[in-house]
Amino acid sequence: MATLKEIRKRVSSVQNIQQITKAMKMVSAARLRRAQEAALAARPYAEKLEAVLQNLAAQGDELAHPFLTERAENNITLIVMTSDRGLCGGFNSSLIRAAEAFIRQRSEQKVSLILVGRRASDHFKRRDVAIAEEHINLYGRLSADLAHDIGRRVGERFLNGETDSFHVLYARFRSALVQVPTLDKILPIASTPQTEDQSAVDYLYEPAPQTLLASLLERYIDMLIYRAMLESVASEHGARMTAMDNATSNAVDMIDRLTLDMNRARQAGITRELLEIVATGESLK
Amino acid sequence: MADILHLRLVTPERLLLDEEVDEVTAPGTVGEFGVFPDHATFLSSLQPGRLSYRQNGHTQSLAVSDGFAEVVDNLMTVLCTEAAYANEIDAAQAQEAVREAEAALSALSPTDADFEDAQNTLRLAQVRLDVASNG
Repeated sequence: MATLKEIRKRVSSVQNIQQITKAMKMVSAARLRRAQEAALAARPYAEKLEAVLQNLAAQGDELAHPFLTERAENNITLIVMTSDRGLCGGFNSSLIRAAEAFIRQRSEQKVSLILVGRRASDHFKRRDVAIAEEHINLYGRLSADLAHDIGRRVGERFLNGETDSFHVLYARFRSALVQVPTLDKILPIASTPQTEDQSAVDYLYEPAPQTLLASLLERYIDMLIYRAMLESVASEHGARMTAMDNATSNAVDMIDRLTLDMNRARQAGITRELLEIVATGESLK
Repeated sequence: MADILHLRLVTPERLLLDEEVDEVTAPGTVGEFGVFPDHATFLSSLQPGRLSYRQNGHTQSLAVSDGFAEVVDNLMTVLCTEAAYANEIDAAQAQEAVREAEAALSALSPTDADFEDAQNTLRLAQVRLDVASNG
C-alpha cells in the first residue's frame, strides 16, 4: 500500500487536472454557443441562395453548366475537416477513420486531399496520399474568405478537368454529445429537387441567365464549404466539452477513491502506533 | 397596391438588414440600378460597390462586396459575401487595404486565375474607403 505522503501527492495532482479540465469545459461551452450562433446566422443566406438557384434552374432546361454535369470519376478531391487541437475525445479519429475508408473504397481512382486542421495533416502526411492543400493552425477561425478561396480553386480544377468530383467530410453537429462524420458531395452539384407547387418566378435577368447561373453556382459551392466549416467548428467544441466533462467527473471519482485510500492508510498508521505503545507498555511490566 | 419596399440584406455571417425602405440603389454588374416599390421581378448580380437606401427621407449607405440582388413582390433580397456601414469601417484600415490590394493586383497579369478576384478585392477596398470617408 502506498504511503500517506504519496497518496496526498496524487490527490493534489488529480485536483490540478480537474481544475484544468473544468476550465477547458467552460471555455468549450462558451465557444460552442458562439459557433452555434454563427451557424444560425449563416442560415438565411444559405436558404435564400438555394431558393434563388432553384428558381433559376426552374426557368428552363436549356440552362446547363459543367458544375451540374456528372462525368466519370477518375480524379476525386476530398476535403477533410478536423481540428487543430486535440483533447476532444474521438472527434478527430472518427473523421480520419471515415476518410481512410473513403480512400480505400476508391482504390481504383485517384483521391487527393484538402486538409483543414492539424490533426488531419499530421495523420496523412506520413501516409501515401496526395495532398492538394493544407490549412492548419486556424484554431477554429474558419472564415467565409477561406471557404471562398478553397471553393474557387476547386472550381477551377473541376472546370479544367483535374478533378471530376469534390466531396467534403466533416462532423455534423447533432448535439454536444453526438457529432456524426458526414460525407457530402459538392461537385458535381446534384440537380436541386424541384417542388411542384412552387411556380417558377419569371425574372428579368441582368446579365444573361447563363452568366448569372455560373456566378450563383460558385457562390453556392463557397456556401456549402462554409456551412461544413461552421458545423465542424461547432462539433469540435461540442466534442471537447463532452470529453472534458467526462474527464472532470472521472477526476472527482478518482479523488474520492484516493481520499478513501488516504484515510485508510492514516487509520492503519494510528492503529499500528497504538499497538506499538501497548506492546511497549506490556514489555516493561 | 402595397407601396412599401422591403429590403433584406444577408451575408454568410449575419442578417444585416431587414427593414422597410422607400428606395434602393444597388451596384449591378451591368450598371447601377434603382429599385422603387412595385418593381418588376428581377434578378441581378452585383459588383463591389455602394448600396444605398432611402428611409423616411434619410439616405444610408453600405459598402457591399460582389453578390446578387433579387426583387420579388416588393421584397428585395441582397446576397453578398461582405457588407458594412460607414461607421463599421475604419478609414485608416480601409486605406491600408486599398494599398495592399493595389500591390497584389499589380503583381498579377490579366491572364492569371487570381486576377479577377484581386480586382474585386481592390474594388471592394476602394468602396469601403469611399463609404467610410464620405458616409
